[in-house]
Amino acid sequence: MNSRNFYNEVLTDHNINPAHKREIENPNFELEGVNPNCGDDIILKLRVDDGIITDGGYVGDGCAISQASADIMLDLVIGKSTEEARRLAEMFFGMIKGTASDDEIEQLEEAGALKDISHMPARVKCAVLGWHTLDDIIDKV
Amino acid sequence: MGNSIIEPHREDFPLLMSLDAAYLDNAATSQKPYCVIDAERDFYKRLNSNPLRSFYDLSISATDSYENSRENVRKFINAKSTKEIVFTNNATSSINLVAYSYGLSNVKKGDRIVVAISEHHSNMLPWQMVAQTTGAELEYMKCDSAGVYSDEEIYRCITPNTKIVAVAVISNVTGSKAPIEKIISTAHANNAVVMLDGAQSVPHTKTDVQQLDADFLAFSAHKMLGPMGVGVLYGKEDLLEKMPPFLRGGEMIESVRLDRATFAELPHKFEAGTVNAAGVFALSSAIDYYNNVGIDNMERREQYLTNYAYQKLSKIPHVNVIGSSDPYNHSGILSFTIDNVHPHDVSAVLNQDNICIRAGHHCAQPFLAHLGIRSSSRASLMFYNTEEEIDKFVQSVASVRKLMGYGD
Repeated sequence: MNSRNFYNEVLTDHNINPAHKREIENPNFELEGVNPNCGDDIILKLRVDDGIITDGGYVGDGCAISQASADIMLDLVIGKSTEEARRLAEMFFGMIKGTASDDEIEQLEEAGALKDISHMPARVKCAVLGWHTLDDIIDKV
Repeated sequence: MGNSIIEPHREDFPLLMSLDAAYLDNAATSQKPYCVIDAERDFYKRLNSNPLRSFYDLSISATDSYENSRENVRKFINAKSTKEIVFTNNATSSINLVAYSYGLSNVKKGDRIVVAISEHHSNMLPWQMVAQTTGAELEYMKCDSAGVYSDEEIYRCITPNTKIVAVAVISNVTGSKAPIEKIISTAHANNAVVMLDGAQSVPHTKTDVQQLDADFLAFSAHKMLGPMGVGVLYGKEDLLEKMPPFLRGGEMIESVRLDRATFAELPHKFEAGTVNAAGVFALSSAIDYYNNVGIDNMERREQYLTNYAYQKLSKIPHVNVIGSSDPYNHSGILSFTIDNVHPHDVSAVLNQDNICIRAGHHCAQPFLAHLGIRSSSRASLMFYNTEEEIDKFVQSVASVRKLMGYGD
């Protein structure tokens, strides 16, 4: 995979103009996710009411892939149930491992723009940071 | 030769001849010339036996090669005696040896340890450990944004209760030279000793430990054309003499009873267990290489290349070079940030253009925090680098922001 092609418009746009890189009102779940090797760091905050993710935001510092991936993820899971969010997370992990079907990648919508990460082992951790943090938060809900 | 710039000698380095990429990560590790690779292999082919132990000819030859290498290292840094040259695994283990052995036996509650804020974690964490264990106070000596330590700051930190001062001769982040003469004289006036991290300086500039009046100096073979897995600790003989062994076991003893032991003479007291004799032999070959080409010649070429790269890199819009605005105070190390682009994205783009640079915190998180940044990209040069490689690097850096979606 060529990094020059990898930084596509979906990714650079979510990195430069993130919709969810902000503090949200009254979060009831919060978790920090860190990649110690490369220093990617996000704090994910969710508002969950009756099993539905009604709002979410993140703050942090990291490469374009880690930050854009978290932003795309929140676009996708806000308004969905925690079960549905976890199902999407598992699909995303499958996509990164190269085992997801085309239909599953389609369900991931814009997150599908990161599918070529599966050919870039050094950047996998960046792409999954937000999703792993989400997965860990849902354990607490 | 005079002041002319030497050729890059690339034909001496097999990896450079076959690598289809510009290797600009020399502060992490240098490439190895044929003579070093051959020496490592040659030891196992011709000399392999456990040195310092046995009385048959082969072992005596192995011992000779090991001890002749020690003499070669002694000359290279102008130590007084080979008793002052201890072989370790790397610069980190050299510093840990001093921390555990000298530090824990000489520092007590109420004393002070001074650590320069620009230190690599390897000359910081051992001193955090000594401070925590002994209850001593840990004081950080702060530099300005160009990496410069003022006389006032040196006097503020190094007080009469200071026992140890830890500082790198050249920073692995900015390439700045610390005022080590001033630091050493101030420390000595206060009866403190100085732990010099020479990992970035010994490979690039002439080192004379007697002229410096250095107490301890640590460096690694692999950053100076030698193999990985060999480090050197230089220590003044009278200091090393009084220090307890760090690791205990084979080869470092004089006699052993069931309840006590007496230890071998210097430097063997600090070389427990089977040594990396092949690696040391290869380090000696690297030093021969330095002596043949001339470290002053290498340094002049590196200064020329640093200036060449600095002038181009610092003119790229949105690129900020960290440290001094004088390229001659960078010693081949150019750390930089690009506005709103994370260093890992920078190195991913450069990797695609076949350029090897470092990205991250450079094992110096407190220093980067002090400079107000979280991470940076770093290109680091060696005499074998070329103007063409630097041009390629600069061109790639200049293309990064556009690729990341910025309109400029």
